[in-house]
Amino acid sequence: MKPRFVGQPIKRKEDPRLVTGASAYVDDIVLPGMLHMAVARSIHAHARIKSIDTSRASKLPGVRAVVTGEEIAANCGQLPAAGDIKNMKRPVHHPLAVGKVRFVGEPIAAVLATDAYVARDAAELIQIDYEELPAVTNPEKAVQQGSPILHEEFSDNVAYSFGWENGNTEDGFSKADTVVKQRFINQRLAPVSMEPRGVIAAIRMPENELVVWSSTQVPHLLKTQLGLMLGIPENRMRVIAPEVGGGFGSKLNVYAEEALVGYLAKKVGQPVKWIESRRENMAGTIHGRDQINDVELALKKDGTILAMKLKVIADIGAYYQLLTAIIPTLTGLLAPGAYRVPALKFDLVAAFTNKMATDAYRGAGRPEATYLIERIIDIAARKLGMDPVDIRRKNFPKPAEFPFQTSGGVFYDSANYEKALDRALEVADYKGLRKKQAELRKQGKYMGIGFSSYVEICAMGPSIAMASGGWESGTVRIEPTGTVTVSTGASPHGQGQETSFAQIAADELGIDMENVTVLHGDTARTPYGIGTFGSRATAVGGTAMYLALQDLKEKMKKFAAHMLETTPGNIEFEVGKLVMTGTARSVSFMDVVTSAYVAKKLPPGVEPGLEATRFFEPSNFTFPFGTHICVVEIDEETGEPKVVKYVAVDDCGNVINPLLVEGQVHGGIVQGISQALYEEVVYDENGQLLSGTLMDYAVPRAHDFPMFELERTVTPSPVNPMGIKGAGEAGTIGSTPSVVNAVVDALAPLGVTHIDMPLRPEKIWKILKLGRAS
Amino acid sequence: MKTIKKSRTRLEKAHISLRVNGESVEVAFAPHKTLLEVLREDMGLTGTKHGCELGECGCCAVLVDGQPVLSCLALGLAMEGREVTTVEGMADGTSLHPLQQTFAELGAAQCGYCTPGFLLTAKVLLEKDAKPSRQEIKEALSGNICRCTGYIKIYEAVELAAARMRGEQAEPAEETIYGRQ
Repeated sequence: MKPRFVGQPIKRKEDPRLVTGASAYVDDIVLPGMLHMAVARSIHAHARIKSIDTSRASKLPGVRAVVTGEEIAANCGQLPAAGDIKNMKRPVHHPLAVGKVRFVGEPIAAVLATDAYVARDAAELIQIDYEELPAVTNPEKAVQQGSPILHEEFSDNVAYSFGWENGNTEDGFSKADTVVKQRFINQRLAPVSMEPRGVIAAIRMPENELVVWSSTQVPHLLKTQLGLMLGIPENRMRVIAPEVGGGFGSKLNVYAEEALVGYLAKKVGQPVKWIESRRENMAGTIHGRDQINDVELALKKDGTILAMKLKVIADIGAYYQLLTAIIPTLTGLLAPGAYRVPALKFDLVAAFTNKMATDAYRGAGRPEATYLIERIIDIAARKLGMDPVDIRRKNFPKPAEFPFQTSGGVFYDSANYEKALDRALEVADYKGLRKKQAELRKQGKYMGIGFSSYVEICAMGPSIAMASGGWESGTVRIEPTGTVTVSTGASPHGQGQETSFAQIAADELGIDMENVTVLHGDTARTPYGIGTFGSRATAVGGTAMYLALQDLKEKMKKFAAHMLETTPGNIEFEVGKLVMTGTARSVSFMDVVTSAYVAKKLPPGVEPGLEATRFFEPSNFTFPFGTHICVVEIDEETGEPKVVKYVAVDDCGNVINPLLVEGQVHGGIVQGISQALYEEVVYDENGQLLSGTLMDYAVPRAHDFPMFELERTVTPSPVNPMGIKGAGEAGTIGSTPSVVNAVVDALAPLGVTHIDMPLRPEKIWKILKLGRAS
Repeated sequence: MKTIKKSRTRLEKAHISLRVNGESVEVAFAPHKTLLEVLREDMGLTGTKHGCELGECGCCAVLVDGQPVLSCLALGLAMEGREVTTVEGMADGTSLHPLQQTFAELGAAQCGYCTPGFLLTAKVLLEKDAKPSRQEIKEALSGNICRCTGYIKIYEAVELAAARMRGEQAEPAEETIYGRQ
């Protein structure tokens, strides 16, 4: 049966409710008797809490409860943190600070009141007496002797150190004709989903269960972890992720406020709501990136890479959130990028500093890797006098070499790096661009061309590599009237899987998409699952559904064969019917469904009903790839770099819905360009957050970008039966280095070899003024 | 303590008359509330979203007397006698506004949270200028932040809706959906 929907740009099923304002995000849900929580937070980066006076807050009319750290510590578990890294220091992390605060915005007390306004007023009436302590915000200083220590149960601020070596690095360096070295700063970013976080919790009868509505990417994990923290049996916990307004990794977590709302709802026996303000979001929702990468690359004079040394200092902030410890370790896995790097030595030190925790932000550990390899290879090309295209081509593994084992310790599943590069060169008219660049240079103008031939680790992932398991689940139920309900353990929040999963189910069963409903995000309506992150929902969750569909098809074939008096092997699916191969004989889809439910003439050994659940355990990650080419022109007067052309050729394997993939790629590219040019979370040396609002933190706006020229190559992944690699993070991972490479290329005549992100006009202006990099 | 208690007990609800989405309504609310809060909490119109409550993101944009206004910065009290349009009022009965249709056709919404603000801001642009250039669209929408789409499908959706509102038989171009083929 030829697919009718898969591969087509089908309009999203999600959109009618979104374009009319009809959907319900957490803050749109109102429950009878609902109380509101507000949080009093630390104004200091590092301080002892000498005393907390809640009396004024408690007396404000409408206030129902005020809780502080001691009560929560006694009644609620600590925040969960994954990772089993040897020698990892695990600090105490209560939902409310006890005795000491370690970053600006750390929750100290929570107020419960009849409305959100009273709650906020009361939170401001809580008087906290601090003894300020010296703060440390520089990770290199933090790990030195004599630095203020954040967690006094430990002797220093080294959260953990970690490393490995694959291949013989020293041997590679000893044989090198040339070695290039560079330090790269991968600055701290804020995810900034447009919907801030929000939580509602209520004890519901008759089940006596705690129902939690949270703006989360991982409702099932949250259910398990909150149940453990609050001492509620998991079979009396239900978590619902309603419409979720973006996450980008920031909602892949278990936050203090989720525990506090649950605790208070249980304590007072009334529903409790907390909605994050944007200022809280900037200070108290996880940040991303924040690594210093010292890279050395050994090469032969023809550009062949021999070995690489990578030292990473990760500034992880004051505490571990859920995946804080794991994210920087991913950087090592992907450090070889799309190249044959025979030997790699990876050393990582994670430092506690007086800042918010870092954790998964779109790309999560992998953009850092792509940035450092794509930058250092450009630096090497320049030193060797090679074209950046030639050095990349020289070091690509060939398609026949896949699965390709890298010195990062992973097996890349499938790829044709050269094909994507060639296509990008053609679309961008590379020769023409270089010609134009030469002409502009003669006129004293600065134009640069930057490449990024990236690879990424997606479809996370095999359970062995994942803290909480890396499988996903899917249930398909064909209802007695013939409509189909798909329930997935994944939890999309803007990606559009209600549409793409319906496309797959409709094609497999030969029915119309209108007859398929996709449910997600409610632990009571879906099988236990892992969630949506790491470009995994379709490649892993979609595959679980696909396997369940195959089970149902096999079962339906048995019914059809029984009805047509043949064997199941002679039955195939067509649109609306099951036919006997090579004949005109058929039974309608509906008749088969009916016979499965009325169950009067069951085939021997076949049970009634049409429902199947499967759990898909992937054998490997997938490794999408591609080449991005960025062209920038620099305004000589202001130093402003302007992206004037952007070509992206991405390969995310087979595509279910190009409309959705394009959207993911567009959004990803913009986030990646924005890291290169605009965004940066800034703390001053006292640990005060200087980028606490959207006026201070530069999220890109509509007028900042040119049109992107997108193309795809298609190299199916062998890791799952639909050949999907995943598309959620490619744009972010691939784009950042292409922009920086372009700006450095533009300024190369001035002797510039590197500039750290974000490439704000003032930095470039200074270079133009001084004539060269300082 | 007493003064606080007193001032709170003295707080009386404000009461105003206005038109919302074409209907005359009366509403009572705590006088400190912003238009955003009145719409969401006192009128049940939750299509308007809060993104920052500081006037920085555009999620809460609504139309007041036909002009885009950040409802998080406008006081409810100032709305006496005004005409307010929210995303719930964009469709004409059951038929969607052309912008709502093109946003859906092109995938200009992803998580949907910023979408109401974009739709209303774009609606005003197209009322003023039936054929805005790409640059004019970008400028008109530069007060609205979208973190998902990278804006491109939003510009295209506005252009497509504009063409249809001019009476042209416009369909999404293949390359709009697929990229270049």
